[in-house]
Amino acid sequence: MSARLLKGTAFLVVALFLIGPLVVVAGVSINEKQALTFPPQGFSLAWYGQIFTDPGWRAALIASLTLAASSAALAVLIALPLAWFLWRRIAPWANVFQLLGVAPFILPPVITALGFLTFWATVGAYGQPWTAAISHAIFFVTLPLVTLSLGFNSIDRSLVEAASTMGADDRTVLRTVVLPLILPYLVSGFAFAFVLSLNEYIVAYMTVGFTMETLPIKIFNALRYGYTPTMASVSIFFVALAAIIFGLIARFGNLRKLLGAMSGDEK
Amino acid sequence: MRREPPRTIADYAPLVFPALMLIVFFVIPFSTMIAVSFFQRDQAGFYTPTFTLDNYERFLSAFFGGVLGFSIMLAVLVAVVCVAVAFPFTYLLARSSRRVQTVWLVAILSVLSLSEVIIGFAWSTLFSRTAGITNLLVAVGLMSEPQALLPGFGAVLTGMVYQALPYTILVLYPALVRLDPTLLEAARTLGASPARAFLNVVVPALRNTIVATLIMVFVFALGSYLLPQLLGRPQHWTLSVLITDQAIYQSNMPFAAAMAVFLVLMSLALVGLTLMIGGRREASA
Repeated sequence: MSARLLKGTAFLVVALFLIGPLVVVAGVSINEKQALTFPPQGFSLAWYGQIFTDPGWRAALIASLTLAASSAALAVLIALPLAWFLWRRIAPWANVFQLLGVAPFILPPVITALGFLTFWATVGAYGQPWTAAISHAIFFVTLPLVTLSLGFNSIDRSLVEAASTMGADDRTVLRTVVLPLILPYLVSGFAFAFVLSLNEYIVAYMTVGFTMETLPIKIFNALRYGYTPTMASVSIFFVALAAIIFGLIARFGNLRKLLGAMSGDEK
Repeated sequence: MRREPPRTIADYAPLVFPALMLIVFFVIPFSTMIAVSFFQRDQAGFYTPTFTLDNYERFLSAFFGGVLGFSIMLAVLVAVVCVAVAFPFTYLLARSSRRVQTVWLVAILSVLSLSEVIIGFAWSTLFSRTAGITNLLVAVGLMSEPQALLPGFGAVLTGMVYQALPYTILVLYPALVRLDPTLLEAARTLGASPARAFLNVVVPALRNTIVATLIMVFVFALGSYLLPQLLGRPQHWTLSVLITDQAIYQSNMPFAAAMAVFLVLMSLALVGLTLMIGGRREASA
């Protein structure tokens, strides 16, 4: 009994710590007047409407969604052939590229961001919106690379062998056997990259910060030049979006497995 | 179809696009940054290509030494607090039902993906005088009037622990969820209490995991670039904040690059150490 009590207390404390700040932000976001007060005074969902009706916030929302979708797609396009090659071929030296794919994510983000800043400034493309998409794709390529590697390794090779014994060539095997099996991993890799790109600040700021506003950049600017409850409603909107996307992955995929819950023999 | 070495040039085709992208947009930018760290600052534009060690020489000041010392101290503190909280928590989580685990993982991932901007904003609201936690304390009569709890060291530390805790839990999760349950059963059969079994069996068994996690969280915390700025005073700025500041607001890209190279070398050394510890663990398992 005391063990269960201990567990309950530990869970409650961590939950309160993780959710506490979000509760306050949620409270602030429903204030009736343009003031950041908590407990909220009055009730209004107008600040949520602002995200879509105010031209500045709407432009930032569209910029963020476009950036996240294009960079996540590009990240998957880079990761898929690489992960496939590493699974299909024996080429130890090719692991160098896997290392390169993971490096930008492990290094402190400021460094990756500064690398992009100096690079785009040197080639003269500094501030172009597409530079942010490429930068984010490289920054987050780790995520689809990890999920896809996991996906390929969970494929039963006898399935593939059966297909090729029955006369399917590499391309047919890839299309009819391999791709359907790794589709869930591909989708999760895309989703992870999408959510993180949506929230990413420093790389976006150092590449396009002076020409374009994504939502995190807009929130940061609002922090410096004038608070508005819209910042709070956007934050809650983002948390909800992330929770929905990860919830869907958990519902239709195996989140525990994606996060390393099962070892090799449990596939 | 077995794995086989590539035989023809065509077999290498899938590698072309990923390799090209990673080389052009990661290796080259990274090298550019290293090159720029030896260049000279140009007030009008970005920099003038020369070769100078001036940017590195600026490290040898008391101010920079102070910032470096503070950054390391803060990151160590964050890592220790996070692992101390996350290890028992993740242990309990890993022993819960699959359903409970999944719900927690969704919540943890959602918090982990939060922008540093949003975390900074959330905590600055929570610690503020008008909308902060002290209002609740006043409401229940524990305090006479609301107070601002920031800027300050406590606020920076809390914000950074909040940012790093979900990461720590996810790093520890695989090791704890795969932990052999018979280990614990043996300890319990031999009469150890759950707490004793945890401290005397689980913790020593995962010693290497704990050390590796400490290092990973340390590197993660070292990368925090906004929270010290949003929640602290200038004396709480870390190396990462300073790099951002030099690159963007002081437009001194060469100096920012030199600091970045220094931070990379430090992080790489630590990641290398992590891998070495991980390798030893694999070998002994």
